[in-house]
Amino acid sequence: MLVDLPGGWNPLLGRLAWSQIPYDNPILAPLFVAVVLGGIAIVALITYYGKWGYLWKEWLTTVDHKKLGVMYIIIGLVMLFRGFVDGMMIRTQQAWAVGPDSSGVFGALHGYLTPFHYGQVYTAHGLIMILLAATPLLVGFMNIIVPIQIGARDMAYPYLNALGLWITAAGAALIMASLFIGNFAHNGWFGYAPIFEIQYSPGVGVDYWMWTLQLLALGTTLGGINLLVTIIKMRAPGMTWFRLPIFVWASLSANIIALTSFPALQVALGLVAADRYLGAHFFTAGLGGNLMLYTNLFWIWGHPEVYFVILPAFGMMSEIFPVFSEKPLFGYITMVLASFAIAGVSWLVWLHHFFTMGAGPDVNSFFSVATMLVGIPTGVKVFNWAFTMYRGRLTFTAAMLWALGALFLLLIGGLTGMMLAIPAINYMVHNSVFVIAHFHSMLLVIVYAVFGSVIFWFPKVFGFKLDEFWAKTMFWLFTGGTVLVFVPMYMLGFMGMTRRLDYVFNTNWHPYLLVMEGGIVVYTLSVFAFFVLLYVSIRDRVKNRVGADAWGTSRSLEWLTHSPVPFYNFAVTPHVNARDEAAWRRANGIAAVQPAKYVDIHMPNNTPVALYIGALTFVLGFALTWRIWWLCLASLVAIIVLMIVRSYRGDPGYIVTAAELERMEREAIARERQVDGSAGEPVVGGAPAVGRPAMAYERSDLPKTSTPPSMGPGAHH
Amino acid sequence: MSGHASNNPDPKTAVLWDTEYHGHDVISTRSLGFFMYLLSDGMLFATLFAAYGVLSYQHSYFGGPTPADFVKPWYTFSQTIALFLSVLAYGMGMTALKRRSRGGLINGLLGAFVLGALFLVLDVHDVMDLAAHGITVATSGGTSAFIILTQVHAAHIFFGLLWILVMIYQVLRLGFTTDTVGRLLSLRMFWHFQAVIWVFVYIFVYLWGYMS
Repeated sequence: MLVDLPGGWNPLLGRLAWSQIPYDNPILAPLFVAVVLGGIAIVALITYYGKWGYLWKEWLTTVDHKKLGVMYIIIGLVMLFRGFVDGMMIRTQQAWAVGPDSSGVFGALHGYLTPFHYGQVYTAHGLIMILLAATPLLVGFMNIIVPIQIGARDMAYPYLNALGLWITAAGAALIMASLFIGNFAHNGWFGYAPIFEIQYSPGVGVDYWMWTLQLLALGTTLGGINLLVTIIKMRAPGMTWFRLPIFVWASLSANIIALTSFPALQVALGLVAADRYLGAHFFTAGLGGNLMLYTNLFWIWGHPEVYFVILPAFGMMSEIFPVFSEKPLFGYITMVLASFAIAGVSWLVWLHHFFTMGAGPDVNSFFSVATMLVGIPTGVKVFNWAFTMYRGRLTFTAAMLWALGALFLLLIGGLTGMMLAIPAINYMVHNSVFVIAHFHSMLLVIVYAVFGSVIFWFPKVFGFKLDEFWAKTMFWLFTGGTVLVFVPMYMLGFMGMTRRLDYVFNTNWHPYLLVMEGGIVVYTLSVFAFFVLLYVSIRDRVKNRVGADAWGTSRSLEWLTHSPVPFYNFAVTPHVNARDEAAWRRANGIAAVQPAKYVDIHMPNNTPVALYIGALTFVLGFALTWRIWWLCLASLVAIIVLMIVRSYRGDPGYIVTAAELERMEREAIARERQVDGSAGEPVVGGAPAVGRPAMAYERSDLPKTSTPPSMGPGAHH
Repeated sequence: MSGHASNNPDPKTAVLWDTEYHGHDVISTRSLGFFMYLLSDGMLFATLFAAYGVLSYQHSYFGGPTPADFVKPWYTFSQTIALFLSVLAYGMGMTALKRRSRGGLINGLLGAFVLGALFLVLDVHDVMDLAAHGITVATSGGTSAFIILTQVHAAHIFFGLLWILVMIYQVLRLGFTTDTVGRLLSLRMFWHFQAVIWVFVYIFVYLWGYMS
């Protein structure tokens, strides 16, 4: 039943052998040494400072959505760096290997990467940037911000949330393992039939690619379900649908896409696995297989996935613009409708990735028109943001600069996207670097929105602001890199340069490629600026501490609770009265009103089970890649047994008593009073349950009462 | 302020904090999440059906055997009956749950398990029989799609059976708790859903294949 493999296989180690370790590779071997030394250094530092217990208790076993979100973002940033290094390698190869006279080192005829190695680099670059950088960064922000914005204590399923994180981490670990054990796929991040079939790609590279994607798809689906249920079921009282912050709407529409589209990817890759492991003929060139079936199935997921990553970025921009324009978002309802229009149309445009398939004028026309339709809701969003800023009181903070950068890139990427939507143009530039420049413009919208959000929400999560000077320096360097890399790329696309060249034959293109290499250098400087930003901000953290409302002009519910957000988010569930609750309370002078009394709250326990299952999914992916059948079976059985045991034990959770809660709240309030000073003695009130009067008339600008006002009916004016 | 400023309550009397709010009940929250998982499972099958649709042309079988040659409609009909009776037994068990009858529930689950296992045994026997006649996933694109689609459904049944066993144990040991009752409701959705999927598999893969 299993296919016969070329090369060795033994029952104990599968295809794994010493010869699979690239110790003779002049790039990978030193990198491996560096990684090992770095790993030892980190382990030694943790041990030296005695932080293992802290790490285990506070992070590795946590089910707190904020910490899980932070870990998602750390994975995303680390993988963004790895993807950036891949990009740097691609650019350097193309700047070097130009024309027949260009030199070659490390066994390459031209440049320094052999074609096979170069293929792996661009495949890893694409896969990592989309599924291990953009996706975890956005999922991380959704994890942190959505529950606070809707006034929830945690996600609907805290344990499932941890599981999603650790499965994503397992995917990241699997693709990193491919660097040093075996090799990675060379078929591009989306894969081509039949090159990924076992006859043409007999190595383990394709298997790494396939199982990494499967793990990430699983983790994202679990996270998607969690976010959807959280938004539907966990909203605070008064948080009606049309009071949801736009970021929550964006997360809702994005996760509907994730929930419905990721199964298509899982099936597409599952069928590739059937071909490669069982000898099936889904996508083979003969015996009744259909090559284009794969491409269609992949992009039926692939295009919705593009909107799955762009919609939360739009949501982030919709949060940042109003705060730094000191105006409510323009066109709230149209923003919601536009998000759902984009999510809906995302299902009808997949074929524009391969107009050249030859489906005929009818099919191409349909997908061309559907693709152009995307421009309408996106245009609505752009105009809404512009009108939000129009006559606003603009402050150009670093977060605002990143959001503005995202807006300009969206304009460039959107307009070139409209060009590509026309099949006649698309035929001319198909697979040229013009397409590459277009989708990098679009994906950079996400990167810009993410860095804007890192700066915007950092004080909420950690309690102090990032340094504005270095954040702005990083922005300008990054933007310089973007211009220098992608403007020449658009030009080369028009000149006919195709994508993924490991050797550039036309020496006339060399100046452009050198400018792009210069752009990469500028990008590298922006990476250094980011590290300096982190260092300076952490060094000056005491000076940069903030109160609940870090920017002073913020609007949505997350700015009502303390910074950093306590593990229970809100000591008492807020009752929402307005669309921009924080802005409404501030405008009415009741932003400092604290609950009059506290009650016990119920919180979920930490658990290491999610970490164990995540680790086992890595083992499963590794064993499948190397065809170590006993290990596949063992890890699968272990996963199922762990799930059954966990379900039998359940989680009773634990109680934070009202007294403890009050103590922690008092400390947090005292800390914040030191920071913003102005608030003075916080007033209590506003805790009426059924039959009790409201206490909100205790305004902070009125004389303070030291004790809570009487709760009797007579106190009502 | 927001566009709905007129709907906002008077800040002087507004409720700001809600000590009595405890959110939705656990079972409804979990059931919604499981329902969403089933939606994604539905998309999984939809994609497999699409692949089967593309790979069920005459040329997809590459001159080899087609479902018209190897599908046994009455044999598969017996599988259908076994699965439907299994769902019925599960439903009877759930009515016993409403009466808080643990014995009735266990009997229903046991009945569902035995009939579901019968379905799976018949399915596996069918696939082995096909393999004995040289019809495997490796025969042609058409048989790949046929076998993978039907066996992905069978894998769902296998995990459903495992889950039924786990629930029998949990109900015996833990009784009717929020956890176990919520899981029994999710399992009911899962089991019904797999039967619904089987209706499509039986009609569009087995019967349609037999007729063409």
